[in-house]
Amino acid sequence: MSFSVTEPTKGTKWFAGILVIGYACITLVPLLWIIATGFKSPADSIAYPPVVVFEPTLEGYVNLFTERTRATPDMLEAAGEPDTWYDAIVQERGTVISGPSRYGERFLNSVIIGFGSTFLCMVLGTMAAYAFSRFKVPLKDDLLFFILSTRMMPPIAVAIPIFLMFRNLGLNDTHLGMILLYTAVNLSLSVWLLKGFIDEIPIEYEEAALIDGYTRFQAFYKVVLPQAATGIASTAIFCLIFAWNEYAFAVLLTSGTAQTAPPFIPTIIGTSGKDWPAVAAGATIFLVPVMVFTILLRKHLLRGITFGAVRK
Amino acid sequence: MTLSPMETAAAKTPDSMAKRIRGLSDRTIAWIFVAPTIFLLLAVNIFPLIWTIRLSFTNFRVNRPNNDVEWVGLRNYERILTDPDVWNTMQATAHFLIWTIALQVLIGFALAYLINKKFKGNDMWTTIIVFPMMLSPAVVGNFWTFLYQPQIGLFNYVVAFFTGADPASFSMIGDVHLAPWAIVIADTWMWTPFVMLICLAGLRSIPDSIYEAAECDRASKWRQFWTITIPMALPFLMLAVLFRGIENFKMFDLVVQLTGGGPGNTTTLTSIDLKREAFEKWRTGYSSAYAVILFVTVFGLASIYVKALNKVKER
Repeated sequence: MSFSVTEPTKGTKWFAGILVIGYACITLVPLLWIIATGFKSPADSIAYPPVVVFEPTLEGYVNLFTERTRATPDMLEAAGEPDTWYDAIVQERGTVISGPSRYGERFLNSVIIGFGSTFLCMVLGTMAAYAFSRFKVPLKDDLLFFILSTRMMPPIAVAIPIFLMFRNLGLNDTHLGMILLYTAVNLSLSVWLLKGFIDEIPIEYEEAALIDGYTRFQAFYKVVLPQAATGIASTAIFCLIFAWNEYAFAVLLTSGTAQTAPPFIPTIIGTSGKDWPAVAAGATIFLVPVMVFTILLRKHLLRGITFGAVRK
Repeated sequence: MTLSPMETAAAKTPDSMAKRIRGLSDRTIAWIFVAPTIFLLLAVNIFPLIWTIRLSFTNFRVNRPNNDVEWVGLRNYERILTDPDVWNTMQATAHFLIWTIALQVLIGFALAYLINKKFKGNDMWTTIIVFPMMLSPAVVGNFWTFLYQPQIGLFNYVVAFFTGADPASFSMIGDVHLAPWAIVIADTWMWTPFVMLICLAGLRSIPDSIYEAAECDRASKWRQFWTITIPMALPFLMLAVLFRGIENFKMFDLVVQLTGGGPGNTTTLTSIDLKREAFEKWRTGYSSAYAVILFVTVFGLASIYVKALNKVKER
């Protein structure tokens, strides 16, 4: 049997495992509570003591996606049998659906702006990272530090002139404006991360390609890009998650057409007081994709959140 | 060094021809590749920053574009630095910063230390612990107001369950004394995993051989912890503190959704105060000066800190 002095004993492992799992369970409670609340009826959601076992309903989700108006019993009678399951849920509460809510649009905006800015950021970021990694760029270190330092500014501090600038250019509350803004914010992260990934690709591959008669540009997209694919993909997910979660710029610079989901979800209110199941439903739909991406990203997490300063 | 036939041929090719064969020169490509990034950053970061600095010397107000813009010199700066409300805001920010960092470093390091014991399934549990920090702070902050509701909130229920207090008797976000702690708790829940991840990388970077050597010298586990683990993980810990410090100095989304800066001004962090001045009171010139002061503070503190960090690394 092999024995190592640095290998923790079985007892230590058990002890450590129990403590960590305990913490993980506590940390999960608020998240599970969000998901559970989305499936509760309004009465269950504000019950005291809080209910853990309840009859699940999709009312929160229906309320999230619809606008409803109160209907008199006569009107309900006239409407007859509900056509669909969601009509049935709504009519049980003495209301009728008057139209779709804004949530769909807001969610779509998040998707458009998130993917648009991520794509643009990857194109610009990969090019810049390649140049910083392979060529002698004058003032390279200064430029890299400048790129990093743009991340230190509080968003509110730059929001004032950006607001003015966007207003003059007609970019306030537009998808294009938000895409450009998020691209700029994410560029610092992607240039730093991608430079690290490209640095790791042996330069010999490109030299071989150049000798074989490829131009620099061909060598870049036929040799370097495929090699850096994993790095680019994980950087892209980081940018996507940032744009997806961003709130400060979104709340200050958008109000209608281009508003994303984070400023919208907290404004969801029901007919009487806050409709917590609907808020929770909106949050669940919005947060669960990020959790899935986190699982995909787990190997690259550290590199991404520290700008490549720490590599596992 | 011998040249391959291909390189010999390449060396003999005249420059002008080489250009045609190879396409653009490296120098040109470097510029084409870097220029769009630099341009976008200049347009969205540096240009606004310069504009902010210029506005900070005026009495400009966005909501009154027809008023004459007057050059007021340093008056905005003077007013901010002598305003007791601003200093209260700074105090609230300092309280928030110190406690979140202290708690996150403590819990984060402890978790990393335990995870590094490599028990079965530690990877899976690490991923689960990381969830909160990847989510939208605004959406999560908004939901925490629900957890903090007196009577019906889960947080109040749990606290009441363990202390025997009445869950309706206290309101985490409505009480002047509790609200500053409400934001510390939510932020700690959200960002402890970040510190944990960095500490974990630090602990994993310590080679086993050092512990083996210590073991040969019969150093106790306790001594090993203080003379090997802590000093070697210290640069990583300091990096975590730097990142959290910068992020929490900018803190806006989580807290604005949780408490909105209230009750009173007890949780009005600098970013929230700045947002009120700039986008609710529309004192553009004044808030520009405010923004410059904040930026100089972050930048100054961060550079001093980075110098200290580098010194620790050199040791």
